[in-house]
Amino acid sequence: MKCLFVTVGTTSFDDLIACVSAQDSLQIIKSLGYSRLVLQIGRGTVVPEPFSTESFTLDVYRYKDSLKEDLQKADLVISHAGAGSCLETLEKGKPLVVVINEKLMNNHQLELAKQLHKEGHLFYCTCSTLPGLLQSMDLSTLKCFPPGQPEKFSTFLDKVVGLQK
Amino acid sequence: MAGALILAALGGGTVAVFIALRLWVVFHHQVVPRESLSLLVVAGSGGHTTEILRLLGNLSNAYSPRHYIFADTDEMSAHKIRSFELDRAERYSSTVYTTDRIPRSREVRQSWLSTVLTTLYSMLYSFPLTFRLKPDLVLCNGPGTCVPICLSALLLGILGIKKVIIVYVESVCRVETLSLSGKILYYLSDYFVVQWPTLKEKYPKSVYFGRIV
Repeated sequence: MKCLFVTVGTTSFDDLIACVSAQDSLQIIKSLGYSRLVLQIGRGTVVPEPFSTESFTLDVYRYKDSLKEDLQKADLVISHAGAGSCLETLEKGKPLVVVINEKLMNNHQLELAKQLHKEGHLFYCTCSTLPGLLQSMDLSTLKCFPPGQPEKFSTFLDKVVGLQK
Repeated sequence: MAGALILAALGGGTVAVFIALRLWVVFHHQVVPRESLSLLVVAGSGGHTTEILRLLGNLSNAYSPRHYIFADTDEMSAHKIRSFELDRAERYSSTVYTTDRIPRSREVRQSWLSTVLTTLYSMLYSFPLTFRLKPDLVLCNGPGTCVPICLSALLLGILGIKKVIIVYVESVCRVETLSLSGKILYYLSDYFVVQWPTLKEKYPKSVYFGRIV
């Protein structure tokens, strides 16, 4: 059972939620083989009605203490450009589509999503281009995301503060 | 308006004096070998706290005790720190940490001028706190709350009370431009760490190891 997880973090992103839950998007999502769609909608005011049929389930919630489980179960993640969401998804090795909120154009968080896109770790679009991208993208072209290296920092810090090895 | 200008000049002047004194302190600083050191961590909020805890997760227990400071309105950080330390206590038998709250020095989108005012105001809290804790090392990654703490730590050095090493790690979110606290602390920190090559090029004094969170 393939699962698509959409997350907006602690903010709200009504345009994205409205876009993915629209009838034609649902058709595309089904046609790509997904049988479950989970929406984490945060503070949003667009609240789609959950439903469950034999072939497809839509779940909707605002927040959970941890999104770990939903990320883990997802085969594809669609996320806002928040750094936390992007990094957490990539670290779990999940394919990621970042949707830019055009109403927050000067948001510095975009810097990270843009850079990760440039390096080939994620797809990047706006609400209006999302349905097209979902149909045309090839997940196998995404580059694997190497983990960060905090040990380099701790080695450096040990040295400059004078901790003996 | 005139009052505003005087305040801005005052703020600018204070920063200039700090930079000058800072250079002097840096030139007279040597690495002292030691077995352990006390660490003051300024937990920024949200993603900043998550990032700094990741860095702490990799530090040995020689960094003890750990003193955490966060904004008084920041329940999320309080919670994250508690669960981080609970987890750590399971791995290390003798682990010591404290927490303190200070007023938030800058809300998102606050103007420059009122930032100077609230920063001066939070110095009233930060300095006695930093003086009481007398850390060997301050580790921070923004946003605003860390500026008054670093200024206080610097003041301890300038007054000859204690030489505090200040390490600032710019958030992984910053690929091409520094945050406001980054721009200030680039001049005031002993070590300034960035996580993307573009920033290393723009700010040559910074230290770069690639992505560390």
